[in-house]
Amino acid sequence: MNVIVEREKGLLELEQRIAALKAQAAQQPVDMGGVIEALEAKYAEIQHEVFGTMTAWQRVNMARHPKRPLGTDYLAALDQFDELHGDRHFHDDHAIVGGFAKLRGRRVMAIAQDKGRDTREKVMRNFGMPAPEGYRKVTRLVALAAHLGLPVVTFIDTNGADPGIGSEERAQAEAIAQALYELADARIPIVATVIGEGGSGGALALGLADRVLMLEHSVYSVASPEGAAAILWGDAARAEEAASRLRLTSDDLLHFGIIDEIVGEPVGGAHRDSAGTVARVLDAVDAALDTLVKVPLADLLDRRYAKFRRIGAPPS
Amino acid sequence: MPEWLRLRRAQPIPAEDAAQWTKCPKCSEMIYRPDLAANLWVCTKCQHHFRMHAFDRISMLVDADFTEIGGDLLPGDPLGWTDKVPYPQKLQRDREKSKLTEGVVCGFASIGGFPVALGVMDFNFRGGTMGTVVGERIAQLFERARERRVPCVVFTASGGARMEEGMLALMQMAKTTLAVRRFHDDGGYYISVLTDPTTGGVSASFAFQADVIVAEARASIGFAGRRVIEQTIRQKLPDNFQTAEFLLEKGALDSVVERRDLKPLLMRLLDYGVGAKQASNGHATVTAPTSSESRA
Ligand SMILES: [Zn+2]
Repeated sequence: MNVIVEREKGLLELEQRIAALKAQAAQQPVDMGGVIEALEAKYAEIQHEVFGTMTAWQRVNMARHPKRPLGTDYLAALDQFDELHGDRHFHDDHAIVGGFAKLRGRRVMAIAQDKGRDTREKVMRNFGMPAPEGYRKVTRLVALAAHLGLPVVTFIDTNGADPGIGSEERAQAEAIAQALYELADARIPIVATVIGEGGSGGALALGLADRVLMLEHSVYSVASPEGAAAILWGDAARAEEAASRLRLTSDDLLHFGIIDEIVGEPVGGAHRDSAGTVARVLDAVDAALDTLVKVPLADLLDRRYAKFRRIGAPPS
Repeated sequence: MPEWLRLRRAQPIPAEDAAQWTKCPKCSEMIYRPDLAANLWVCTKCQHHFRMHAFDRISMLVDADFTEIGGDLLPGDPLGWTDKVPYPQKLQRDREKSKLTEGVVCGFASIGGFPVALGVMDFNFRGGTMGTVVGERIAQLFERARERRVPCVVFTASGGARMEEGMLALMQMAKTTLAVRRFHDDGGYYISVLTDPTTGGVSASFAFQADVIVAEARASIGFAGRRVIEQTIRQKLPDNFQTAEFLLEKGALDSVVERRDLKPLLMRLLDYGVGAKQASNGHATVTAPTSSESRA
């Protein structure tokens, strides 16, 4: 069970009571201002308690909130989007959706991971875990974007790449490696945004970018907390403990220089104002592109090199 | 109707009333031919996409003028081929039937204000098979598009390599590929539209070498023919096998589109590619639309 959804329950109850009282008050001469005020104060208190300082595990759960805006919500909010399907070889992987788009009037190649909203869609999208075909679609679309001179914008949200027999048979590792390889020297600006979960190499395959943004309550880690717990202690149930150690929150990653910018979320999380959150992310991506398109190509590639080259390098 | 089209229109509507009606091969509905033409050769009842004559296709797409290139290239009979009838007689029969000189029409035009090099294959001529002239016209189209720095749009419809021209036909796959590759490596933007049917040597060369590959809804697309596969594996194939929709799910196509949505999609695809060259810090390689040029 999602711990954020659990904790929201009390808040939602209070919200409904306040709304009901307000409706009542509007119809009755009795002054209920005091009662409403007290309830609102209580609401603010709980909200602060729940969301004021969130633990890493709570952030993981926020990033996985069932109502959190998904990749295709961002694509749907673009001015224009024409999906380009398939890896040209084996399958059209629905865990990754990409295509030509216009973002605030600018022509771009937009690529998003999507976990699916309802059960049917989750199955269709393999719960947002891309197979090699998904990454080969990324590689193909990035190459096409570079050929045409279109900036690339990516939206990252995956627990990780699909673990499975078929994915291994079709060389999942090679597919991710080639996506990184293509991004490394793609001769166009690239802006990546972590919008939910950035799980491992399956996320980074869309994250080798000139500017990396992150929604405030998203997480980005070397492995999913469950995966890390299983690797380290052979016990996926110790995910909460792993989450607390992995330093996977946006402020941690900004501190390490892994990401460049945090896009704020409304109190209570992105889903409290999905449209507004999506719009703010798109504005931030647009602003980043504004800067990047002015950088001469050679400098852009040099800076991309230096940006990742310095991570973990010994202090000079 | 523009002059070039009036002169070249290959399917003159017959005078006698009975010939004004065509039976839909899919749903057997009798359709009044002018209605069919007005509906972009899509069945008014079941949406079946009729195979289009090259010049009908061109008139559906282009803004105004179309300047043909390579139209004077005509096929010879390099192998001296004869089966039931000599190859030259087959060619003559298809010329009369289709009012075309070969299986592809190539030229320059503009689509939605974007100047393009446009190639359109026609199944009515030798089943759209690729012989030396089809290969030569396609190669010239890409070479001229490269010189003019305009995007290239090619509509395919083909039964594959033309048997009557033997290995010379097969080698057109290599020739067209070289032209496509040079065009691409020089920054060219190539969109192919696969129409019913696209198979064999054409699908295995320039049809599947485009930057963006679109297919018309329900088009049959593949390499080996359905019957050949069924006979080889001794199995009945599923109905959707080798359809555009099947290939979309298998990852082979960028997009599948109903014919009525095709021109707007092409205009958007051209806009992404051509417009981006101006706006980004990439090198400008494709010409942007200008009103004067598009009406030239
Ligand atoms: Zn019909």
